[in-house]
Amino acid sequence: MAEDRFISEVEDFCAVTMSTTDRPHRRPLHRFWGRQQFIGLIWQIVVIAIAVAIVGFLWSNAVHNLSVRRISTGFAFLGREAGMPIADSWIAYSPKDPYARAFLVGIVNTLRVAVIGIVLATVLGTMVGIARLSSNWLLSRLAAVYVEVLRDLPLLLQLLFWYVLMQGLPAARAAWKPIDGVFLSNRGLILPSIPLHAANLWAIGAAVLGLGAFYLLRRRLIAQQMRDGQPRRLWPYGLILIVLLPALVSWAVGAAWTVTKPELRGFNFVGGLTLAPEYFALLIALVTYTSAFIAEIVRSGIQAVPRGQWDAAAALGLRRSFVLQHIVLPQALRVIIPPMTSQYLNLTKNSSLAVAVGYQDIVSIANTTLNQTGQAIEAIALIMCVFLTISLAISLFMNWYNARIALVER
Amino acid sequence: MTMVTDLSDAPLPIPPRVRKTTGGRPMQWLRANLFSSISNALITLVLAVLLVKAGVSFVQWGFSNAIWWLPGNDTAACRALRGLGACWAVIPEKYRFILFGTYPFDQQWRPAAVTLIFIALFVISSGRTFWRPALVLVWIAALVVIGLLMWGGVFGMPYVPQDRWGGLPVTLILATFGLAFGFPLGIVVALGRRSKLPAIRSLCVLYVELIRGVPLISLLFMASVMFPLFMPDGVNIDKLLRAQIAFILYAGAYLAEVVRGGLQAVPRGQYEAADALGLSYWKKHGLVILPQAIRHVIPPLVNTFIAFFKDTSLVLIIGIFDLLTTAKTAIIDPAWQSFSVEVYVFVGLIYFAFCFAMSRYSRRLEAQGTPR
Repeated sequence: MAEDRFISEVEDFCAVTMSTTDRPHRRPLHRFWGRQQFIGLIWQIVVIAIAVAIVGFLWSNAVHNLSVRRISTGFAFLGREAGMPIADSWIAYSPKDPYARAFLVGIVNTLRVAVIGIVLATVLGTMVGIARLSSNWLLSRLAAVYVEVLRDLPLLLQLLFWYVLMQGLPAARAAWKPIDGVFLSNRGLILPSIPLHAANLWAIGAAVLGLGAFYLLRRRLIAQQMRDGQPRRLWPYGLILIVLLPALVSWAVGAAWTVTKPELRGFNFVGGLTLAPEYFALLIALVTYTSAFIAEIVRSGIQAVPRGQWDAAAALGLRRSFVLQHIVLPQALRVIIPPMTSQYLNLTKNSSLAVAVGYQDIVSIANTTLNQTGQAIEAIALIMCVFLTISLAISLFMNWYNARIALVER
Repeated sequence: MTMVTDLSDAPLPIPPRVRKTTGGRPMQWLRANLFSSISNALITLVLAVLLVKAGVSFVQWGFSNAIWWLPGNDTAACRALRGLGACWAVIPEKYRFILFGTYPFDQQWRPAAVTLIFIALFVISSGRTFWRPALVLVWIAALVVIGLLMWGGVFGMPYVPQDRWGGLPVTLILATFGLAFGFPLGIVVALGRRSKLPAIRSLCVLYVELIRGVPLISLLFMASVMFPLFMPDGVNIDKLLRAQIAFILYAGAYLAEVVRGGLQAVPRGQYEAADALGLSYWKKHGLVILPQAIRHVIPPLVNTFIAFFKDTSLVLIIGIFDLLTTAKTAIIDPAWQSFSVEVYVFVGLIYFAFCFAMSRYSRRLEAQGTPR
């Protein structure tokens, strides 16, 4: 503040002296700036020319090489039959489908790892970060060791390690059963599932709708409370919109919520939801590795909140968990969100390590396509497009969220 | 501080905050740090039980049940113990291959010497007293010696082609050369990104965002598959060099962002003062701005180095024999196939040693604060 004022005073002073001393020639100054701009222009032309020359050289080589190898450029190959088996897919796929479909499977597989990984890594990382600040010496030490060990080992090494452990699990017949209906074997993790019929989807849709309506209503009620200071009851609306409405819809459309438990038949499991060992190993590796970085971000974010906030809240007689949740974390979030965004982007990009354990994400499928068709440029352009799109989406969302929680100053 | 003294005559004195002491009597320490409340005591007990259980089973697996040495290739004793005890015998059997790959066996003192030179180089570069222009000369000399040792063909050392290199030296070469060339590139790009000239600025933004937006693997695929397509006929660059170029471009983009952060931290007055002295653009940045900017970002720079060192392991996917690839290849041998955990632990310790040293170093620099 003081500096600004000083600068503006100096400027005022200069302006005054400038106007009072009437200098006739200001041309040299103009010429000086003109020279700077001229040099700048030359620089830009030179750099652009070099860039264009390099790209042109590489491009002409590529065109020549492709014509020698008789590879036609373009995305026509996407319509051809892929003939590539994909073991683990959430959407219907057979090797007879075209390459475009295979790429779609790859994108879904990448998103499936990235989205679930981001959610789990955030939860685990926040827990470890808070544990590092615990007053319990043992807990904070353990959290510190967790962070240090996981951060200082290459992710690929960790991924191979988890994958080897998965393969070392007992066969399906001797699978571990930690809880009834959950099996852990070298076929992966098998969980009970609820089959999604159309009726169930209606009920889920109603629940989502109810949640949205409740959120809007809550915002309005809080705004009203801000205006007149009268506390308003929220929970009856929550009960109606989130519980009763979906239940009613579920009953009306006759949705059946039967849980199918996986069963061992012969050498494999029937029913239930299977997380293949490749997927499971990748998910564990990504989540644990990223959570170590998130823990550090959360820790430093919480430490960035001044101690006075804790003390003031304690002076008001608030509980420690309440203080953390309602006073410290909201303020810490402002410090946490920007580096967290880059961790989310890292997790998404790191999910491409899937190719090392044979989980077929977009990079793995593009790589197979490249080997089968020789369409190197197109395959890599597709990878880049997909990742740039995902990165952009995450950045946009996090920027929006960041703007929402930003400190509103008077 | 002044607040506290102002309140000294308040009716109720503020009790001093409970300080956690590391010294003092052990019982006091236990009470304060492990059993301060019922929930804390519960957490301590649960963790202690879990820790002891895990520790006991780890010691059983890794030490008391483990087999440390086996003559020959007969691994039946290890197989009988599978799951109960570690088979560390795989390490003395395979360590030469894991560390140096397929480098000619009787010449493996050369990669070993290279590894030592690298470590000495890192140690020297970490000392603040050595941060002077002569260090650049030391680096150039060391890198030349490393090249001579690895290739050979002079001083009576037989020539060893690049495709025989492997293991730890390859990891160190990829990381060190990637940083040695990526760092200047990063500085130039960071300056370009803050340039007033729109064409140069947008070119730099495009480069940084494109590289940072895609996974490293896709860059490595580009280097191994696409790069030959872009070369004129007859030009053939070997795989390691292609991967090295990809790494330099990758490091350049990430380091540029770190350096840019440092540039933003340099106060405006420094730029204006340099302008007032009539320094040219390069003199202004070389003598005034960059020395300050880089000092500001030394801890995040070291963190980027750590990340980069770990990332070199990704060359496994394009089949270059770095430390992780040799480890994975070592256990293809049918006799030792089922002991990959032991090998990964061994390699993990090597990676950990390097990264942990760097992260301690970065923390020490951070604690010392920005040097003048």
